[in-house]
Amino acid sequence: MARKSRETPEINGGSMADIAFLLLIFFLVATTMDIDTGLARKLPPYNPDQENSDDKVKERNIYVVLINQYDQLLVEGKEMDIRRLRAETKEFIVNPQDKEDLPEKTAKELPFFGEVQVSKGIVSLQNDLGTSYGMYIKVQNELIAAYNEVRDEVAMQKFGKHFDNLPEDKQDAIKDYYPQVISEAEPKNIGGK
Amino acid sequence: MAKFQRKGKGGMPQVSTASLPDIVFMLLFFFMVSTVMRETTLKIEQHLPGATEVKKLEKKSLVSFINIGKPRKEFQSFYGTEPRIQLNDAFAKVEDIRDYITAEREKLDEKEQPLMTVSLKVDDKTKMGIVVDVKQELRKASALKINYSTRKVEAIDK
Repeated sequence: MARKSRETPEINGGSMADIAFLLLIFFLVATTMDIDTGLARKLPPYNPDQENSDDKVKERNIYVVLINQYDQLLVEGKEMDIRRLRAETKEFIVNPQDKEDLPEKTAKELPFFGEVQVSKGIVSLQNDLGTSYGMYIKVQNELIAAYNEVRDEVAMQKFGKHFDNLPEDKQDAIKDYYPQVISEAEPKNIGGK
Repeated sequence: MAKFQRKGKGGMPQVSTASLPDIVFMLLFFFMVSTVMRETTLKIEQHLPGATEVKKLEKKSLVSFINIGKPRKEFQSFYGTEPRIQLNDAFAKVEDIRDYITAEREKLDEKEQPLMTVSLKVDDKTKMGIVVDVKQELRKASALKINYSTRKVEAIDK
């Protein structure tokens, strides 16, 4: 009797598959494959002293985009449909005909490009406290899209490749060519929450 | 003997299931590795807005999340229906954000601290008022790299 119990009985491996299946199903259910995506932005550093210091930019260099509490757009003093925002913003960034009312340009030395005219334009986005977040993101998206399209166009022209497929040094040069300046002014509370 | 032979010729040979556990284990390991466990349970309703110009959030460990949205049905009796901020597992006030950011920052290595990103997961029906408050608070906490969490869509409906 005692001798018999010392021998270890072989473990039946037949149920191993079942156990593995059980675990597999657990992980299948628990898995969330979604990768977080989003619009990356940078906030300006907090500095309570310089409340009104950014008013010194010339008016032609600022592209004012306002959103009110009813999610309506006012761009450069005119009402605008969001569908036109991207094209209009692109014109502001590029200023192809060097118009008087669109931003000034300064000469700048850039790698790959040599001396180019870089726009001084700033996009200023201002929203009301009652603006919906969905609308705000749509406008942000259009503004970023405008910059991305302009950069992509110049990448195609210069290097014959899409901006995303370029090596980093070339991307940086294009980023300097069309610097993305989207300033977010302190929101106004006109419409109330 | 003859009987057995006939049977063997006629029927299909049985597929060996001995390698089944191996296959299942292989799948199991794949899912175990790729699984990201949901650390927090959302107490708010959250429908993220769509955008086309999205970028992927690179390193999960460097990202802290701030959720904003209307409390879920079961919490509405206590917290109301106004959009609220959820940090980790609990509802929070705007003033709590600075402590939260400090705590999150301390979890990281010193080298990685400037790379910390705050992802704002905000329901698209939320009013900007609360988002602006949060953004101001983030500026005060000097967590300047932010990310508006959005879904990737091909074209946004306007």
